[in-house]
Amino acid sequence: MKNGTMNDLTRFAIFAGVVLAMPLWLEPLGANYPDLLQKFAIYGIFAIGFNILFGLTGYLSFGHAAFLGIGSYAAVWSFKLFTMNAIPAVIFGVLFAGLLAYVIGFLSLRRTGIYFSILTLAFAQMSYNLAYSVLTPITNGETGLQLSQQDPRIIDSLFVEAGAGLPSTNLFGMKMSGYPGFYFCAVMLIICFFISMRIFRSPFGLMLKGIKSNQNRMNYTGLNTRPYALTAFVISGMYAGLAGSLLAVTDPLAGAERMQWTASGEVVLMTILGGVGTLVGPMIGAGLIKYFENIFSAFNNNVLADIFSFLPDSVSEVVVSVLGLFVGSGWHLTLGLLFMVVVIFLPGGIMEGIDRVISKFRSSRQPVADNKTVSSQNQPGE
Amino acid sequence: MTKDGKFDFSRRSLLRAGAATGLVAATPTFFMRNAFGAEFRNNPGNASEVKLGFNVPQTGPYSEEGKDELRAFKLAVKHLNGEGDGGMLNTFTPSSLKGNGILGKKVSYATGDTQTKSDAARASAKRMIEKEQVLMISGGSSSGVAIAVQSLCQEEGVIFMAGLTHSNDTTGKDKRRYGFRHFFNAYMSGRALGPVLEKEYGKERRAYHLTADYTWGWTQEESMKDTTEQLGWQTVATVKTPVGAGDFSQYITPVLNSGADVLILNHYGKDMINSLTQAVQFGLRDRQANGKNFEIVVPLFSRLMAQGAGDAIKGILGSTNWNWSLQDEGSQAFVKSFGAEYGAPPSMAAHTCYVQTLLYANACEMAGTFYPPEVIKALEGFKFDGMGNGPTEYRAEDHQCFKDVLVVRGNQNPTSQFDLLQVVEQTPRSQVEYDWKIFGGELGPYKV
Repeated sequence: MKNGTMNDLTRFAIFAGVVLAMPLWLEPLGANYPDLLQKFAIYGIFAIGFNILFGLTGYLSFGHAAFLGIGSYAAVWSFKLFTMNAIPAVIFGVLFAGLLAYVIGFLSLRRTGIYFSILTLAFAQMSYNLAYSVLTPITNGETGLQLSQQDPRIIDSLFVEAGAGLPSTNLFGMKMSGYPGFYFCAVMLIICFFISMRIFRSPFGLMLKGIKSNQNRMNYTGLNTRPYALTAFVISGMYAGLAGSLLAVTDPLAGAERMQWTASGEVVLMTILGGVGTLVGPMIGAGLIKYFENIFSAFNNNVLADIFSFLPDSVSEVVVSVLGLFVGSGWHLTLGLLFMVVVIFLPGGIMEGIDRVISKFRSSRQPVADNKTVSSQNQPGE
Repeated sequence: MTKDGKFDFSRRSLLRAGAATGLVAATPTFFMRNAFGAEFRNNPGNASEVKLGFNVPQTGPYSEEGKDELRAFKLAVKHLNGEGDGGMLNTFTPSSLKGNGILGKKVSYATGDTQTKSDAARASAKRMIEKEQVLMISGGSSSGVAIAVQSLCQEEGVIFMAGLTHSNDTTGKDKRRYGFRHFFNAYMSGRALGPVLEKEYGKERRAYHLTADYTWGWTQEESMKDTTEQLGWQTVATVKTPVGAGDFSQYITPVLNSGADVLILNHYGKDMINSLTQAVQFGLRDRQANGKNFEIVVPLFSRLMAQGAGDAIKGILGSTNWNWSLQDEGSQAFVKSFGAEYGAPPSMAAHTCYVQTLLYANACEMAGTFYPPEVIKALEGFKFDGMGNGPTEYRAEDHQCFKDVLVVRGNQNPTSQFDLLQVVEQTPRSQVEYDWKIFGGELGPYKV
């Protein structure tokens, strides 16, 4: 199938290659360590899933963190009650997130636009408060749900004697921390990307795009759009649940702060930053935000002073003190600036920027033949 | 590829997906490097430098303490490397420290922001372990965070020298072989405060608890309840409040008509500053209840909080791990070099972090290696003095330090902006000691 200039299969192959080679090309950027790589993959899944809802149907959900949180809790409970194997944890995470998404979606999708956003935000905030204080026996509140020696682990206890320390999460014996954990998440991400691509290309995807461009007109043709929107909402909630359960797989702990509204806002930022309605954009946005959060926030003035030590002392002092505001605990400031620049100059996100660069590059080489390819760039889906 | 509105998973696309999955599954073997080989996590080998990780809250309700902890860590690194005036290195006995780094290797450090959140703290600790290759992680300021990071450190095989964490659980039911705590805990606070409360407020009191809703708050409430009920006090109500609430008026109003005559604030950091200030604004301290003066108790007190709360702390009782006004040699040396460096006396959070860093370095010197099981054995049961708390012991069974506890009162007539706490009593170690078995929990294995 052709869409734009690239075959879907090629696109998928390139995506898979780039994701799996992350440890190689992120090395010079200082981001090649398992925890951050895992976060890239996991939040990539989260953002891709969010984009199925927001990018295709135009419904802006401000409560996706609730699904991320319930995915984590379900996964940790699966570790506590049944087995340390990652597969059941992931299944439970997706399942429970799907159920919650069905309930919240069923109620919220009665409204559109800002009212829908507010409703989802309200539900997410309710879930957060439930997890934080009301359901303390299940969620362990602020302290967070953790594994303990006394957990039953019914299935594991049938096969192996409990060791002296806490068991670690595994995939049939392969430990799920460090690089193996990353590859597990990366494979999940690639599968999710594939599914998302198929949804974008399917008649179901077209229907969702129809909802985005004019829901009223769709209704006038005698079509009930709500089941479609609800399906998209549930799928997107399941993606978030998967991301949440993977967070627990790579680090078996679930805290209520995962459900806070800031976490919901973060995924909106990721998607807009990367490019709403594009296939790869949300993944790029997720990577960028996690990179800022982990690498920029760890810079302190000593590190900056090292970097600028080639400048004369008086100059480097000024440079360091000014730049110091933008790193360390000021990383939010840098992110805010970047976000403003992107939204003002590239409303289509970073993907729009990339497209512009590519089309400029093309037009300088073949000035005549590019008219057709350029026109396809405005369409949703690419 | 799609017909009749259904997904069409043809044989061809299935094959493709299968091939892709196979390729993907095989990939880890191409890229996995450095995953095995070192006989323990982050072995410095022949490197001339070792790195320590300082993971403190730089944002969130406990950020003031976190920033002061970071200052202390930097000072400790300086002293370990033989720079500055040496601080407690000169008073610490028995010391194996030489002022040339640790085991001849220069000490450097990495910092991280826990944001007072377990998730962020663990992410930050993981970054330090995996990317910065730190040998030891220290820090805290919230017990929830400390417990989360401590269990991570056990899994990763990196030693965790807890900073400010006061929950009984840290060395109680959540204790770990790789985790050590110099700071005192809620149980000791209760034991130390008990006799003073009895002397000051009598045996017939009705107490109302406001408690930070997480592990530290829970255990402190429990310990304070036990202590006060043993004195004969009654507990009117215990109310949990969210961490970082900001506004506590909705929790304080009900206290007025509850029939209580003592308010126990199990809060810390900015939360304590806010709740105490509001309680005083609501006129609680000017009230009479049951024919007695209404009193407020803050079981865990720190100078930084006192500074934030201003006049509200005058006359209020609490307990603390250490105070800069102590006159012993170790405290004086530390206050002097901290003051010279930063222009203000250190807080108790800074003190415990500084001491923990020195203790870790000393244990490495004693063990003659960075190999964690040996370092742990050197720390277990280690007795030392000259660190500001008098003779101190790291109990081997639960990795909790035992030493004297200070009962303090908010100073009525401070002579300077730092002279805010007045030591009422130095409770001897024997009075706050307990059997380690009462909290349950298991340390776990030496080797991970």
